[in-house]
Parts: sequence; C-alpha cells; structure tokens
Amino acid sequence: MRTSVTGHAVGSERHARLRERLRYALRTPAIGPLTALFIAVVVFWITTDTFLTPQNLSLVLQQSIVIGTLALGQSLIILTAGIDLSNGAIAVLGTIVMAKLAFEGGNPGVALLLGLAVATFLGLVNGLLVARLGLPPFIVTLGALTVVFAVSSLYSDSRSYQVTSDLLLFWGYGIQLGAMRLTWGTFLLVGLYGLFWYVLVNTAWGRHVYAVGDAPESARLIGIKVWSTVLSVYVTAGFLYGIAAWQALGRIANADPNAYQTANLESITAVVLGGTSLFGGRGSIIGTLIGALIVNVLRSGLTQAGIDSLYQDVATGTLVVVAVGVDQVLRRSGSR
Amino acid sequence: MTHDPPSRERACQWRCRRGAALLMVGGLLLGAAGCGEGHSDSGGTGSGKVKIGLVTKTETNPYFVTLREAAVAAATENDAKLIALAGRFDGDNEGQVAAMESLISSGVKGILITPSNGTGLLSTIAEARRQGIAVIALDSTTEPPSATDATYATDNVKAGRLQGSYLRAALAGRPPKVIMLDGTDDSTVSKQRREGFLKGFGITNDSPAIRGQANTNGERNPAQAATENLLERTSDINTVYTINEPVASGASAAMAARGLTQKVTIGSIDGGCDGVRDVRSGKYAATVMQFPVRMATRGVDSVVEYAKNGKKPHGLSDTGTVLITDKPVDGLASQDTDWGLKHCWG
Repeated sequence: MRTSVTGHAVGSERHARLRERLRYALRTPAIGPLTALFIAVVVFWITTDTFLTPQNLSLVLQQSIVIGTLALGQSLIILTAGIDLSNGAIAVLGTIVMAKLAFEGGNPGVALLLGLAVATFLGLVNGLLVARLGLPPFIVTLGALTVVFAVSSLYSDSRSYQVTSDLLLFWGYGIQLGAMRLTWGTFLLVGLYGLFWYVLVNTAWGRHVYAVGDAPESARLIGIKVWSTVLSVYVTAGFLYGIAAWQALGRIANADPNAYQTANLESITAVVLGGTSLFGGRGSIIGTLIGALIVNVLRSGLTQAGIDSLYQDVATGTLVVVAVGVDQVLRRSGSR
Repeated sequence: MTHDPPSRERACQWRCRRGAALLMVGGLLLGAAGCGEGHSDSGGTGSGKVKIGLVTKTETNPYFVTLREAAVAAATENDAKLIALAGRFDGDNEGQVAAMESLISSGVKGILITPSNGTGLLSTIAEARRQGIAVIALDSTTEPPSATDATYATDNVKAGRLQGSYLRAALAGRPPKVIMLDGTDDSTVSKQRREGFLKGFGITNDSPAIRGQANTNGERNPAQAATENLLERTSDINTVYTINEPVASGASAAMAARGLTQKVTIGSIDGGCDGVRDVRSGKYAATVMQFPVRMATRGVDSVVEYAKNGKKPHGLSDTGTVLITDKPVDGLASQDTDWGLKHCWG
C-alpha cells in the first residue's frame, strides 16, 4: 500500500516491519500440509491394503516428479505475487525440441541443451514482460500459454516423437530395492527442493524474493532491485520447466504436443495445498513438494479404495478450497 | 488493521483453526475412502471379487461414458468390480500412465485401456503384463498393436472407407469438390479414418478435388468455425468428410447458415444417438456406426475369463461398423435410422 508520507523515519520503520514480517514468513513451517499428508496416508493405510506398499509408494513419488518440478518454478513465481499459466506449455515445447532433434538424428546432448535453452529463454521473455513492462503476470503467461502451445504443435507437425536416447531417458532409470523402484528423477526432485529451500532461506536472493512478493514498495525503499529480482525468478522458473521436460521424457518416453494441458493448474494446486499464499511473499517451498505429493496420494489412495476419477476430482478440489480458506484465516489473524 | 508481528496468541489461534480445517480434510478423506470400502474388496487377493480397471481417454466425452457404463454393467453381471479412471484430456499420457500404475498397485486382474497415444504407454503396459495383468486396448490400438494382449476396436480404416464410398456414390457422377474435417494430425484414429475415406472416395491426398482441410480436435465449435472459414474461401463445395458426429454437426450448422444444405452431402462416423437423430432430420446424409458397448462388454468378459481359467485373450478384433442412412445408394449395404436408433449409443 502506498502512502504519501516519505522520509527516513518512515523508511526505517518500514524496514524494521519488513524484517519482522520476513522473519515470520521464513519461520512458517510446512506443518499444515504435512499433517494433511500424514492424515491421508493413515486413512488409506486403514481403508485399503494396497496403498501402503513399497511398490505403490515409489509409484506415487514417480507420479509427482514432473508436476513437482513445475510446481517448484510456480512456487518461486507465486512468492513474487505472480502466477504462471504457461509452465506446462513451456515444458511440452522443451520435450518436443529435445525429442524431435534426437529423433532426426541430432546429438542427444545438443538436443537436451537446446531444449533447456528454449525453456529458459521463454522464462526470460515472460520475466521481461512482467518485470520490465509491468504487465500482469496472469495476462502475460496466459498469452504465452496460447502461443507456446501453438508453437509446439507447429514445430512437432502435430505428431508425437518416441525417445530412445539414454541421456534423454536418464531420469526414468534408477535403482530397484525389492518391489520398490527409485528413479534418478525421484532423487533429482528431492535434491532440487532441498537446494531451493536452502537458497530461499539462507541467501540474500532468497530473502529478496520474499520481500518483493510481500511488499514491493518497501523492498524498493530498502534498496532491493525489485525488477531484476522478479526477472531472475522467471528465468530460474523457465530453466526448471526445462528440467521438468527432461524429467517428463524419463517418465514417458514420448514427446506429445497435446500433453500436460492441465499441468499449469495442477502445479498451482500443489503450491496452494502447500500453504503458499497466492498474494505473494509468504509460503514454504517444502510445502509445495508436500502439496504435489498430497494430490498424487489422493489419486492413488482413492483409486486403491475403488473410487472413480470424477469423485477423486471432487475430493481434490474441495481440499484446495479448504487450503485457501486456511491461508485466508492465517492472513487475517497473522501477518496483517 | 494492525501492523504488529504476529503474537504467539494469534499463531495459536491460527493453528487451532488450521487444526479444524485439517480435521475436515481428514473427515472428507475418510468419507471418500469409506464409500469405496463399502463395495470394494481386499486387493484382488483371497476370494474377493475380480477387479478390473478401465482407463479411458477422458471422463466426460459421451463415447467414453457409454464405454464406461457398458463396462460397469458387464462387470456387475459377472460379479466383478470395475474401477473406472481417465485422463483429463485427449493426449493426457501422464494421467493415463498414473491411472494404470495405481491399478497395477491395487491388484487388478485386467486393465482395459483406450490409449490417447499409441506409444505413450508402452512401458507401463509392459510392466502390467509382466505382473500377470491382462491388458486389452479398446477403441484404439497401441503402436505396435502387439504391445497389448488383445484389442477390441472399430476398424477405423474400414469406417472411413464406408463413409468415402457412400459420399462418392451420392455424387452420382458429378465432379467431387471436398472439404475434409479431420481430428488432430497426430491421432492414429484421425489418420486411419482419413486414409480409409480417401480410398473409399477414390482420390489421393494431393487431389485437386480437396478444396479445403482443417483440424477440428474432433469438437463441434472448432469444426463450425473451420467450416465457416473454409466457405469464405470457396463455397463451391459438394461433399464434406467429417471425422465424427460433433464435427459433422458443426459443419452442417455452417452449411445451413450459408444456405448450402441442399447442395452439399455431409458424411460422418460414430453412431451416437444424437448423430443418428441428426441423420434422420437431414442435418447430414449418413454416418458409420461403431459399437463401444461391444468393446467394453467383450473386454470385461475376457478379463473375467482370464481370472477363471488363466486364458489370456489375444489378437485384434473388429467390433463392427454399419452404415446408417435414410438415403441408401446402390451397391452399398446400409441400415435406416430406425435400426440406428435401436442400436445407437450415448
């Protein structure tokens, strides 16, 4: 909120207030979503005898890899009070670039780098439009979604490409522990979340991300470069979408221009379930990972319990509304 | 509106409310899982019912709804339990893979799948078969078809050929001027029907007789818009090929708006009850009926058979195609819409 009052006293008071708020935001643990996850697991453990098996749990992890990685980028953007509707489309274009180039006899390593570069570049374009031109993230990424989806169809000639290169399929390989299969992709997912949790909590950049989302004006007044922080977030997210594309090929050895049409909303669902505020500036990255897991635990568990897809959607949707309700309650009673 | 940092009291207040919310969530889950408990058995072990999974392309398309209802009916008749899952949209390979994985975990005896993408599910299908689950493709084949134990589907090339032969005969010797309304470029069904149509109609892909072509995603609104746009370019048209009935319905609306209904013959494929009614009312001339109920019933029966005596189904079975029209042409067997309304689906 802008006030017409300026001056050092107000500046330093704001500074202190902002610091206090940040400290609180960073301390907010992912305890809510973790409890929900725990309840869900216990419920399915009681009501089915096939949910809590090593094989099924490792499958739930694998099912969370692509959306989990997309949700990580989405989390960063939502922390800056933005939103990204184009992440699924960007990842799909990434898969098409990687798979098509390799399919046409190109070097898989080059194909991979180009795929990552394209995704990162699209993040940069989104970021410039949002941070530099000040356009609303919703509008920018809605436009990007439409454009990128069409480009994927054009570039792929609207066909899907099978992938055989071991490098491109790498994240789908892994280790077998009895009935449990842990793919390298699972380790990467956990590793990425660990890395970003550390960066957000322990580096200046991480604190700046929280600050520009919570109160951009105050952040500007205490000398944070707001636009370059926001831009760096979109570029980072774009790169993560490229990684998600690589992960997706490991999961399904096929790049399909029609895939992941609902990944944008699913990644937002994971972020919201994880307790991150859509108003920016508050939330935890680990919460997002748990949010992604909750969605897939619900799907898997309800399937084991013999519930059809549509009822599963009812449960997931209800859960999201409850999570947002909790978020509102928290905002009213907490940081305002 | 205060600006204090949150006090401990407030944090507790929030925690308590959050606790209440979590209890709600828990209740919701228990309720949902409990519903399932009511009519589900221990995961395929012991003397429980045979469990069968069905994974359709989408949840709400009437064709797949018919497939699902027929499968549920067949399962009930055989005292088996059917779990119906679906992708979220046509092309949702990740969703179909996840659904199959969950079904594998829950100990089903067989999985019936309508694959969104011929190659997108191969490794999951292989894993299911490795674990002794019968996997049967319904409605569309995998690439290669031998990836599944069996396939029960419409011969889509034949369906296209029937539509093509009818539309050619309906021209009665006039030179063909065709608009082709396909589904999507990368869908196997779309390719097969198109190929069949060209054969039956007796033209090639690059024939000058094709005055326009558009991809419609198999949906009514894009089909109507595409036809309107193609007609802007040239309205000198006498034949429209459509991939399915929603598309035919869109095309016919665009034709009617330009007063071309009498000049143009539209053909289609599907055999849904709405489609047969459209043929009856003259919106389009003919449709080729397919039989999703047969696919689902035979799929369920095969899995039950496999559970009983360990005999897996195999091979490719055509579940049949019938030309439906009230304006029959010589030399082409067809049924009228009375018959069509008795045998239609949806």
